[in-house]
Amino acid sequence: MDWNALELSIRLALYTCIILLPLGIIISRLLAWHIFSYKGFIEALIALPLVLPPTVLGYYLLVAFGQASPIGQAFQSLSGSTLVFSFEGLVVASVIFNLPFAVQPMQRAFESIPHTMREAAWVSGLSSWQTFWRIELPLSWPGIVSAFALTFAHTLGEFGVVLMIGGNIPGETKTIAIAIYDRVQAFDHTAAGTMSLLLLGLSFFSISLVYTLAGKRRPLRGV
Amino acid sequence: MTALSIKLNQTGPIPLAVEFCCEEGELLVLAGPSGSGKTTILRSIAGLYRPENGTIECRGSRWLDTSTQYFMPPQKRSAGLVFQHYSLFPHLSAGNNVKIAMGHLSADKHMNRVHQLFDLVNLEGLENRYPSELSGGQQQRVALARALAREPAILLLDEPFSAVDQVTRRKLRQELVRLRMKLNIPIILVTHDLDEARMLADRMCILHNGSSLQTGIPEIVMSKPANAEVAYLVDMVNVFSGEIVRHDAVKKLTYLKWNKYELECVLREEFTPETTVDWIIPPESIILHRHDRPSRGERENPVSGFIDQSIPLGENTSIIMKLNGCADVLSLNIPTHTARRNHLVEGEEINVSLLTEAIHLMPKANKLSENRLS
Repeated sequence: MDWNALELSIRLALYTCIILLPLGIIISRLLAWHIFSYKGFIEALIALPLVLPPTVLGYYLLVAFGQASPIGQAFQSLSGSTLVFSFEGLVVASVIFNLPFAVQPMQRAFESIPHTMREAAWVSGLSSWQTFWRIELPLSWPGIVSAFALTFAHTLGEFGVVLMIGGNIPGETKTIAIAIYDRVQAFDHTAAGTMSLLLLGLSFFSISLVYTLAGKRRPLRGV
Repeated sequence: MTALSIKLNQTGPIPLAVEFCCEEGELLVLAGPSGSGKTTILRSIAGLYRPENGTIECRGSRWLDTSTQYFMPPQKRSAGLVFQHYSLFPHLSAGNNVKIAMGHLSADKHMNRVHQLFDLVNLEGLENRYPSELSGGQQQRVALARALAREPAILLLDEPFSAVDQVTRRKLRQELVRLRMKLNIPIILVTHDLDEARMLADRMCILHNGSSLQTGIPEIVMSKPANAEVAYLVDMVNVFSGEIVRHDAVKKLTYLKWNKYELECVLREEFTPETTVDWIIPPESIILHRHDRPSRGERENPVSGFIDQSIPLGENTSIIMKLNGCADVLSLNIPTHTARRNHLVEGEEINVSLLTEAIHLMPKANKLSENRLS
């Protein structure tokens, strides 16, 4: 059992969730309630990681974050370290490939709030900010928790992108999914089995949470 | 005193051309078929819709003035709006639904005010129920309490009784009548239901395609529509065209040529002879002649024809009468027992009188709408 890798995975998952929570809420509210040009294109772009092979996504991120790219160079001049093969790079990559897992449940949750509900809040004197905290958030929280759970579980299990962008540096980029592969390569089936079981449990717990919450949403909408 | 004055104009996407005022304590009904823009007008007043051109002023404060690009956001407008489907917040109890609109009061006054409002709308003791645990009528009352929680300068009701059953509707209407006596703020109510308009309105405004066609007290709008368009919208039967023949100032009569008849009407000298006009007569002002002996008003505008259809509708029977020698048909109502006694069956020859006092002349409309109010 590679505790170091597990700790790194959980840290990565938490960072991803913390960044994606506000970002996902902003994007999903925009997509749920506004009509603008290229909306379909933007939705497709966000959903792309669902269908793209992780290695393809990883390859392009590697190119985009590399020292030859403006992004890579800018990051290096700012922080002094490279974006690729670093924990920071992993977090950025993780945020990108988890976008659909965070945005889609939240978008559905916000879409299920009728427009008149927000209007009712405005004519009751609530500012946009108050409307968000007191009306939108309580009505969409099952979707937001779903997004959180999916993102968390998916980050723990992601292999292809992490390997491409982060490599296999213990304590820096070696996540639990990579550690499992590593152990199998070394014929250490006991450790691989333990870690796999742990991931299985975590994934099952997350997905159960998502479905339980999805069931909870119905009575709210019945009014 | 004028509490609210509004003037809106735009060509699209929803055409609007309206101008009206609402006095303190007055209940103004905006009536029109679906798509007539009545809800859009209400939303404009609440600040949920921004029309291209217009001004809205409420109790001396500007809410909208497009000439200076001024638009007051809905949060700042002192307007209480009851949505058609109430839009209660499902995650909040009825009491909290109302409390949330009390941002202008300090927190210690909230509970007291909630109880006051719940008393006012006859919902005592239901503060802790959730909207899903309330009946349609109770939800409507919560929505009303929420709209009043801001202590608004004006109350806006969007088809407030359309989502409840008939019995509840009648009760809620009565409650509204009682409530408005206590409130003394202007109320604007949107409906497509003419009976509702007639029952509740101090004045009503007939809307079609975003234009206000006629504003006035219900009795006048319903009996003396400004034109045939309004007549159709308020579901009048017996709308015809005729030509002014001459006026007789001494007899106080205007003569109207209609098919082969020359009808005597109340003097309306504003129509010059030989102009074509639209005219109406209410079914209850068409008097059936008796076969056996002369009856009241027999000499007044006699018209002859035969019964095309006789439809008993409870106490009254609706008779559709075809005139001899023309395509026009008259609708009239007679008590069902009279119809039975006189054997008024289809095909029967009858004579009727069109009462002079009841014939209403209107300027010729360009085109007539297919839409009618229910």
